[in-house]
Order: sequence, then structure tokens, then C-alpha cells
Amino acid sequence: MTPWARAAMACDLLCVAGGELGGLWLRARPGPARDTALARLAPLDARRCPPGASDAALFGGLDMAEALATGRLVTRPGLLDTAPALLLPMAERGAPGLAGRLAAARDAGGPVLVALDEGLGDEAPPLALTERLGLFAALDGIGLADLDAASPDLAAARAAYASVTVPDALRDALVASAAALGIATLRAPRFALAAARAAAALAGRARATEEDARLAAELCLAHRGTPPAEDQPEAPPPDAPPPEPPEGAGGPADADRLVEAARAALPPGLLARLAAARAARGPAASGAGGRTRGTTRGRPLPARPGRPENGRIDAAATLRAAAPWQGLRRRAAPDDPRRLLLRPADIHLKRTERRTERLVIFAVDASGSAAMARMAEAKGAIESLLSQSYAARDRVALVAFRREDAEVLLPPTRSLTQSRKRLQALPGGGGTPLAAALAAAGDLATRARRDGLTPSLILLTDGRANIALDGTANRARAAADATLLARALALPALVIDTGTRPNPNLRELAQALDAPLISLPRSGMAAALAEIPR
Amino acid sequence: MIPRPFPFTAIVGQDDMTRAMVLTAIDPGIGGVLVMGDRGTGKSTAVRALAHLLPPIRAVAGCPVNSARRADIPDWARVEDTRLVSRPTPVVDLPLGAGEDRVTGALDIERALTMGEKAFQPGLLARANRGYLYIDEVNLLEDHLVDLLLDVAQSGENVVEREGLSIRHPARFVLVGSGNPEEGELRPQLLDRFGLMVDVTSPSDVETRIEVIRRRDAFERDRAAFLRGWKPAETALRRDILAARKRLPGVVTPEAALRDCAELCLALGSDGLRGELTLLRTARAMAALDGSGELGRDHLRRVAPMALQHRLRRDPMDESGSTTRVARIVEEVFGAVPAAAE
Repeated sequence: MTPWARAAMACDLLCVAGGELGGLWLRARPGPARDTALARLAPLDARRCPPGASDAALFGGLDMAEALATGRLVTRPGLLDTAPALLLPMAERGAPGLAGRLAAARDAGGPVLVALDEGLGDEAPPLALTERLGLFAALDGIGLADLDAASPDLAAARAAYASVTVPDALRDALVASAAALGIATLRAPRFALAAARAAAALAGRARATEEDARLAAELCLAHRGTPPAEDQPEAPPPDAPPPEPPEGAGGPADADRLVEAARAALPPGLLARLAAARAARGPAASGAGGRTRGTTRGRPLPARPGRPENGRIDAAATLRAAAPWQGLRRRAAPDDPRRLLLRPADIHLKRTERRTERLVIFAVDASGSAAMARMAEAKGAIESLLSQSYAARDRVALVAFRREDAEVLLPPTRSLTQSRKRLQALPGGGGTPLAAALAAAGDLATRARRDGLTPSLILLTDGRANIALDGTANRARAAADATLLARALALPALVIDTGTRPNPNLRELAQALDAPLISLPRSGMAAALAEIPR
Repeated sequence: MIPRPFPFTAIVGQDDMTRAMVLTAIDPGIGGVLVMGDRGTGKSTAVRALAHLLPPIRAVAGCPVNSARRADIPDWARVEDTRLVSRPTPVVDLPLGAGEDRVTGALDIERALTMGEKAFQPGLLARANRGYLYIDEVNLLEDHLVDLLLDVAQSGENVVEREGLSIRHPARFVLVGSGNPEEGELRPQLLDRFGLMVDVTSPSDVETRIEVIRRRDAFERDRAAFLRGWKPAETALRRDILAARKRLPGVVTPEAALRDCAELCLALGSDGLRGELTLLRTARAMAALDGSGELGRDHLRRVAPMALQHRLRRDPMDESGSTTRVARIVEEVFGAVPAAAE
């Protein structure tokens, strides 16, 4: 089956089974192939739902103009109430909040969803959404010549759909192959079952065959699987042990064939990217930067009551709040010449929210004591942290401290190669000017905040401070300076102990920073970034 | 009419989740259940199923807050139909996008616009009184709504002071939240407010998975027949819940059990006394369900993970899950499980 035939089939299946398949995740750049696919979905009568759709658009609300004109309550229904299907353009950019609302509506029998994913690399729509979309199709590399528009008899297939039977053996094989592919969710085999049924209905069969099941595995299961490991192709995915073949007629052969079909359905590179996208949505990298609420920039949030000097007035919301009272207020003040009787309590302010980028400041101890002990290990740890920050689209900055002073080796950047180069060239030796390092990090953080970044600090040191802030070699003053600066530094931080023995001073410093302390050999570097409080 | 949901007793596995829900049905005072875990494990199915399983409540027909007696009807409500009727236990969905107005209730705009009257239109909290309030993807809820819910859940009363209205009404409900931890963490304040917390994971053996799909498919193909088949099991569980409710006030709590509770919570270092109180209440409900007249160690042992796991201080070094930690400490405090107990 050609990729286009498969995609066209996905569209037809959705038109036949509708809600039981949940929806379609269509990974494609805009172009003729996508247009043809969307034309095939026309029977769904989908309406567009942009990534920034407001709650008023989704759930409906008061129709202000009508209500004021007629003096009656006029509500406008939302997309979720009226649309039989929703088309989500740029679904890979959708916020988890919107995905959550759509998902809840879908679970309650709301509109069928078609997510258009223009994601590059490992971008993908939120998991709450893709979980509920039964079908997947990718349109990469489909040319004009491949497109054919012959459409099947949908009406007949729809009528036949409900009465199609799926043999028990086939059903069990679908469930078993989903498990063998490492798919945890039980929605997947349910979708596959519906797809097999719809495929049989389209082919005019009253009973689903293995061919239908294979198609279902390709369209519903393939994209959810974990990519097979390259080195040991026999190795099972870690949390789904290879299933015992189910007893009875189903037999392992069926499930194996389905697994094979599913594996062959997608180019291996794509599967790896989808898996990477799932991982990137995980907790460790879920947000690049904190969320900033404000009244000026970003995605709009519902307006809240407030005083006009505290922000920008939301005229529509203010009117909405004032409108119901006009009758009452007019009666109380019949001679008031104003057309609209506003009270301070009516005033609503605009609220917006935007995600800020995160800046991870690495402060690295390159002093003699640290260099001797573990410089190489520390460099390795930083590299792994760096590549994670890079994957999460954070910016990084590098501060190194040794001899008498701290030096900003790398101002905030996104370039991974640059950071690596500077890090490799990092010389070691000399005293430990911890206080100077904290001061430099503090400066960077202040500047970053001004640029709208959310800074955090990862401090790698053995904590044996011996150079005070003014550059003199005085161990006691150095420690006191460092603690003092650490207290003043209001920055989410993580301290990584690079020393060979635990150091009580470092524990104290971590407390002053209000930061978790992790010693190098224990720190699973994968978890380290997630530890940074936001 | 909403079609009948999937029967509660037909849910395969997920014993922790179903047990936690049954316990809150026996004693609503336990204070809600939080279900966190994998997608597609039947979290929302279970909540909807539970509502249908529960025995109906007696309420005033026209009352917006489901008052049990005519005397309890709030004074702002203009109730025309004051007959006592029996109706299903309310389960109210709180959609993520719900505005404050819809949750707490607000000025009745229709009446204000057409009649120029100041009247209160009750919200979701009113409808959930004496029932369940269900929030899916609770970890994505807007902060100001979370604060509001915390406040109402604690006081059992919804107070609306806005737009010139001053209204209060009872809002006692069992809060059921579900979510996927990957999408975002829940604030500790809200976490602590849920009485019980259970983790759900997707079943890993194929036989169980096939059984789940088999039942689900049978249900979707022919609902009526499926529901008929499960009716005896549903009736039996309902009877058990009713019997346990009756037995609950008579469950004796020996001094030793109180001591066990305190020791367990101390050993776990759980914050505040809420953990101890919840543990005790839940264990009593468990004893009532078991049909035993006295609270024993075994009951505490069985409910300790769900009552305590979300109240532990987080230890960044400890990789094992909270449930494992609770189980480990329960074993340390109570000793290993006697062979006959489980």
C-alpha cells in the first residue's frame, strides 16, 4: 500500500467510524497532498479551531450586542457544542490547556478532532490530544502524481459499520500486538478494533479479516510504538515485557504479523522522532521557562475584576459586567444623562500569560582543588546537562571561577557547539573564588530577567572557598562572603558537589541558596535538570 | 438522558482505584480521591460508573442544592416544587474551561436583563452538593479556580460576594480529580486536600488487556445486554456499600489502633495531622466494608498507601515512588504481613 493510499484510507475510516475512532493526527506540511486529504475529510463537516481559541469561542457565551439590543439573554453556542468535527491547524503549537479542554470534550462525546501537525523534528501535539486521536497519517514525500481522488461509497459503509463483526482471535491479536509494540494505553487497541471494523465496512465485508486488522495496526498502532533498538532487535521495550502469546485460536502468528505490518508502516526515522517528541513532553523538559502573567503581552486569559490603575481595561468584559445592571441603575437614576451607567465594580482588566525562555547559568569550579579531583567528570556532567538544556530550548551561560576571580566564559546563548568548545578549553588550577562566582551569576541573572528570561543556576563546586570577594586569600572570609551572597541570590538553583568527600560548608551553602545538593556520582544527570525548582 | 455508563464492577483490575472510590462512598468525610497515572486506564470511566452504582438520594425536587429537607432550602432559592423525590447521586463535571461564574454561580443575567431583578443563578458547586465533583486533568486547572475549590471543599459552604449579591449555600461534595503527572504537577496545597491518592498504571499482561478490550467492546456493541449481565454484581456491591454505611458508626477504634496511626505517621514524617485523621477514617470505612466491628492493623495496612503517599515530604535522592516508601515503612512499623492476612 502506498503512503498516499494509506493516508486516504485513514480519512475514509474516520468518515465511516467517526467518534469511535476519536480523530486523525495528520502530520503534513501545507501543500496539495494535505489539501487533497482534507477534501477527503469533507463529509465530517469540520470547523477550524485555531491554537489560541478562547474559552468563549469553545464553550460559547453571552452575545453582548444581541443581548443589549433586544434586552433578552442571547447566548452564542461554542464550537464544542455545535461543530460535528474540529480541524486543529498547527496542533503542534497547542497549549496543554487547550488540549485538555478538547480532550475532555472528546471523552464526553464531543466533536471528532483532526489535528494538523506541521511539526519539524521532534515537535508533536500535546499527549492529551494525540492519545485520543485514533488514526495517524504522515504525508511526507507524497507527490502530485501519487494523489488519486476516487472515493468509496461512504454512505453504505456507514450503514454497515455497526453490524460488522470482528472474530475474537483477531481482536485478541490486535490487543497483543499493541502490547508487543510497547503501547501502554488501552485506548489504542480499542481504536484499532474500530478501524478494523470500518475497513471491513468499506470493503463491503460483514466480518473483519486479517487484512482489515493489518490496516488497523498500521494506522492506529504503528505510530504509538517504541522504535526497535538498533543494536539488539530482539530486546523488548523496557516496561512492556514481551507478551505471553494468548491462548486459543488467536495464536502468536497473527499478532506477529500485525506487529510486523505496523513496524513496516512508518519510516524508522519518523517513529524515532515521534518517540523523542513523547519523551520531550515528559516532566524533565516540559517547560522552557516559567509562565509570566501580565496585562500586556502573551496569550489572553479570562478577564478579572480589578482597578483601572492596575492594568489595561478589557472593554468588552467591562461592558458585559455592566450590561445586566442597566435597567436597575436607570430606575435608580432616571435623570442621569449618560447612556451607559458604569460603576467601578464593573471594571474588568485584561490578563495575559506568556511563557518566558529559561536561562540556565552554569557556574563551574575550575580551581586547583576541584580540577585535581574531578574536572573531567564535571565536564562530562555539564555536557550532558548542556545538551538537555539545548533540547528544551533553554539558553545557557557559562561562568568559570578559578584563581582570584570569576569569568563569564559564555554569555547567554543557544549554541551548543559554542558552549562545548568553551567548556573543553576550560583551564584549571588556582584558588576557589566562590563568592565572586556567585556575584557574577547574580549579575547575569539580573540582566537576563531584564531581557525577559527566567534564570536558574547550576553550581558545580567542591565548596572549598578560599578567596574572598575582594580577591584576598582568606578562607574564613571567603566562606562568609559566599554564604552572604548565596542568601541574597534569589534564584532557583541546584548545587552539584564535585568533591570526593562530603563537605559541610557546601551543605551550608546549598541551604543558603535554598537549593538541593546532589553529589556528582549520585546525580542521575537526566534527573538533575528536573530538580531545578521553577 | 445520558446513556448508562460502563458498570463499575466490570472494570478490570485497578483495585486500588476502585477500592478508594468505594471507601469514599461509604464515608464521604474522607475527603475525595485523586487518581494520577497513565492515559487510557479507565480513570474517568470509573468515576462515571461509581455515580450510577451509588444508591439514590432523597432531595427536594426543585431545590438547586439538592436539600434533603424543606427546611434546608436556601432562602435565595425560589423553589416551587417542594416534593421529596429520590434522584441519582449527583456527579458534576468541572470542565477545565469553566469560568468562576459557572463554578460558584453568579447573577442570573436573564432575569437581570429582562425583569431588572437581582437574582442568583446557582453554579456547579450548588449542583454538586451531596454528591461528587469530578475534575479531569486537575493539574491543568487555573490557579484561581484551584484556590476557590480548596476553600469551598474545606468549609463545605460556597459564599458568593460579588456583583451586589451576597449569597451562601452548602456545598459538601467529594472531590474526585484525575490527571497525568507528565502534563504538570499538582500544587502541594491541593494535593494535601485530597483525602486519598492512588496511582494507576496500564496493565502489563496481555490476558488482562484482552479482557479489558473484550468487555469494552461487548459493552459498546450491545449495551443493554451487557448491563443486564452485570446487574447482579452491581446490586451486590451497592448492598455492601449500604451495609457498610450502616455499620460505620459502630466500628470500634481500639487505643492500639490510634497508637499505630500515630506511629506510622511519625515514621513517615508526613506533614500535619490531616494524614493521621484521614488514615483513621479510611481504615474505619475499610473495617465497615469488611464487616468487622473493630478497627485492626490489617485495615490500616491496606489503606495506608492511599491515605499517606501524597503527604510525604519529597526526598530528591529517593528514586522509589511514594507508594513503595509507604509500604516499606508500614512493614517496618507493623512487621511483615502475616500469612493469613492477605
